[in-house]
Amino acid sequence: MSILLPALAFYVFAAVTIASATMVVSSRNPVYSVLYLILAFFNAAALFLLLGAEFIAMILVIVYVGAVAVLFLFVVMMLDINLAELREGFLRYLPVGAAIGAVLLAEILFGLGVLGSASGTVAGLSDHGLAAVQVDNTRAIGRVLYTQYFYLFQVAGAVLLVAMIGAIVLTLRTRPGVRRQKASEQINRRREDSIAVVKVPTRGGV
Amino acid sequence: MVITLGHYLAVASVLFTLGILGIFLNRKNVIVILMCVELMLLSVNINLVAFSAFQGNIVGQIFAMLVLTVAAAEAAIGLAILVVYFRNRGTIAVEDINSMKG
Amino acid sequence: MDLAVKLIVLLPLVAAAIAGLFCRVIGDRPAQIVTSAALLIAAALSIFVFTRIGFGPDTLKLVVVKISPWISSGTLEIDWSLRVDTLTAVMLIVVTVVSSMVHIYSIGYMADDTSIPRFMAYLSLFTFFMLMLVTSDNLVQLFFGWEGVGLASYLLIGFWYDRPAANAAAIKAFIVNRVGDFGFALGIFAVWVLTGSVMYDDIFAKASELAQMRLVFLGMDLNALTVTCLLLFVGAMGKSAQFGLHTWLPDAMEGPTPVSALIHAATMVTAGVFMVARLSPLFALSPTASAVVTLVGAATAFFAATIGLTQFDIKRVVAYSTCSQLGYMFFACGVGAYSAAMFHLMTHAFFKALLFLGSGSVINCLHHEQDMRKMGGVREKAPHTFIVMWIGTLALSGIGIPFILGEGVGFAGFYSKDAMLEAAYGVHTSVGVIAYWLGVIAAFMTAFYSTRVMFMTFYGKYRGDHHTWDHAHESPVVMLIPLYVLAAGATLSGYVAYDWFVGADWADFWGKSIAVETTREVIHHLHETPVWVKVMPLIFALAGIALSWLYYIGMPELPARTVAAFPRIHRFFFNKWYFDELYDWLFVKPALMIGRFFWKKGDGAVIDGLGPDGIAARSLNMAGALGRFQSGYLYHYAFVMLVGVAGLVTYFMLVMR
Repeated sequence: MSILLPALAFYVFAAVTIASATMVVSSRNPVYSVLYLILAFFNAAALFLLLGAEFIAMILVIVYVGAVAVLFLFVVMMLDINLAELREGFLRYLPVGAAIGAVLLAEILFGLGVLGSASGTVAGLSDHGLAAVQVDNTRAIGRVLYTQYFYLFQVAGAVLLVAMIGAIVLTLRTRPGVRRQKASEQINRRREDSIAVVKVPTRGGV
Repeated sequence: MVITLGHYLAVASVLFTLGILGIFLNRKNVIVILMCVELMLLSVNINLVAFSAFQGNIVGQIFAMLVLTVAAAEAAIGLAILVVYFRNRGTIAVEDINSMKG
Repeated sequence: MDLAVKLIVLLPLVAAAIAGLFCRVIGDRPAQIVTSAALLIAAALSIFVFTRIGFGPDTLKLVVVKISPWISSGTLEIDWSLRVDTLTAVMLIVVTVVSSMVHIYSIGYMADDTSIPRFMAYLSLFTFFMLMLVTSDNLVQLFFGWEGVGLASYLLIGFWYDRPAANAAAIKAFIVNRVGDFGFALGIFAVWVLTGSVMYDDIFAKASELAQMRLVFLGMDLNALTVTCLLLFVGAMGKSAQFGLHTWLPDAMEGPTPVSALIHAATMVTAGVFMVARLSPLFALSPTASAVVTLVGAATAFFAATIGLTQFDIKRVVAYSTCSQLGYMFFACGVGAYSAAMFHLMTHAFFKALLFLGSGSVINCLHHEQDMRKMGGVREKAPHTFIVMWIGTLALSGIGIPFILGEGVGFAGFYSKDAMLEAAYGVHTSVGVIAYWLGVIAAFMTAFYSTRVMFMTFYGKYRGDHHTWDHAHESPVVMLIPLYVLAAGATLSGYVAYDWFVGADWADFWGKSIAVETTREVIHHLHETPVWVKVMPLIFALAGIALSWLYYIGMPELPARTVAAFPRIHRFFFNKWYFDELYDWLFVKPALMIGRFFWKKGDGAVIDGLGPDGIAARSLNMAGALGRFQSGYLYHYAFVMLVGVAGLVTYFMLVMR
């Protein structure tokens, strides 16, 4: 029974992932789609756990679900979407699309060696099953990430920075009528620009 | 039964295909396209991590993390573009986005 | 002598070139003068040549003037050379005299036309080709002249090229001639194959051999000479508008009247007769071919006369009369009376050209009115024309007084027509007798319709438009002089030339230019026919004139009653025996259908469809189809990418194993 448990867990998580992925695509309400996406992410994280990559699993939950999916949810709710017009055209192209999809799936599986004559090679890779865990996942990643792949790590950070700035630049609206400080102008002001000495005769006014 | 690498690869393939199907089956909502891209990236991640686990090579997981990073960045920019587009057009129906026609 | 011959042939060509190529430089009047002067000089030289050759000693009977080599291909060696013997000399006189008269006449008739130099140039060009034809030394040069006169005929019939009827008539003439020319060409090929040469001397030398040879033609084993002669005769049928290939001649009246006088009365249509006479040694040795010639000629003489009875256009009556008279000439050739046929050719040239030019004078007088129903009483307005037309009509009808002063006294046609009919009877063959009786009946009809023309045009009350009548006038002198010259010819040429052609002096006159043995026999029989044979044509002709007087002067209601009594026959004759309709149904419509089929389906659908049009249309289709890929929709692009990826992966999986 205990042998079956990982297998069972795998099948359950895999099935739910695939089912929720399907629902993402075919859901009528975009909010539902996002929620199904979140479910898919959770189940994928569970799959990672089964693989022994608990760090990646948690990162998945934190980053994907916590940030990306929430962002999706924000945008979906922010945009005023007309629910009634959605869903047309879906069924019309379903047969062709499903056919193409099936062909593609078959080819991918064939190419990966899961199906077909080369399936032995992939299985051969996994002959020794899951590698024995010597150190826990976090420590293993940390050992490699900050040493061998340090530059990649930094570049990833830079990518994130650029993305953040880019998002701000794209969506920032300056509302009219709001007065702002322009610090550089304030600092660069010269005496000649702001002060003028005027000889005013007595009782003359300016 | 023993879960082999092939099982994980199969799951990833199916997710990938579903993501692709979603891109062109959906007609009305640009956000679904972005979500399908996320699905495809997720399937890639599953692939990487599965290979890494079954080969005992940690590099796969490093790569998966980087993919994660890029996915997040891309989701952010994509949604920002979407928001700006919506401000200008008032709709996110995919069928209305055909200025490149011809 | 050599120089004279060369000048005769080449002067018209030079005149045509000057008038045609330099018309803008020299203007109308000089063009007329150059061409007419050239033709008059040629006519004078022809008379000189005629007297030298016709009445000179035997040694001078044949003159061959070699000009230059022409074709040298394998064993075929042909030179440009001019051969003048008696036959040629007679034709030279006919052609040059009539042509020069027509040139002078045209100065007056075409005075108001816009392209006078072109007309004169074409007339002179035609004369050149005709002269080449009659002075040829071999069949190929004859064919050159043959085709050339066909070309000139086409150009002249369609002279007023802004008239669709004229263009159609010119094309019809050319095409029907072409059918004849095809037979003629086959005949020339047969001669070449059988004898190895196309020179007359060589052919005639081998004529008796040919009579024994056999030839396989269209799968049938036939006598070689008969086949050859029949093929050559097909050419003559086309050119001389005999029964079957006659349909072009009436329509050729669309051309100006001088053209009709020159080409379709005196010269081009007689080229066929000339050709048969020239090849008389061959025809004389082939009884079958000669019989065919006789029958066709007799049939034509009869049938054309029946149609001439009913026509109302004055030129058409004269045209059918020409057709009929050519039939006479052919049956005379057929029975072996070649000299009689040439005699009639000469006299006919004079009086037929006279009749045509006279008709032209009438037409000119009445401002281009050609329908006789709208004429009448013209003799008051055009007395000279009236006189010469009567001379021509009497000559055509063959009126004269027999038996006095030797052979009788009469107009030209009296002598020549009677000579032919007597010859036909005299040979005592069945075809000869048939030809005689058909000829006599045709003489009756000829007299009838010729005098009908006179009575309807010149007598009675004018039936046309009064405005035209007030402006009607006699023709100018420049048109009357040729008429009188031709009238003199029509009157005197018979009496003067009788002895030379068919009388006592014929052997000295003709020499070896036509088949001697046959002619000798025929002429012998000609003079031995019974009296009634000689007199019958005259009686029939007088009866025709009397009947015509009755119909048109005495009891003018008779024509209408006769037509009402025999409506079907009248309609049959009036519609030219429905030949045009028959040919239209038999040849023209199928040809047009085939042409249209090949044009629309073959050229249009297949070649254009698979070629430029097809490729262009397919390009458009493909561009349209491919353009729909650029829809602007992201999901379409993604889908296409997906399909492409699937395809490529499939390819690599299956093929690049």
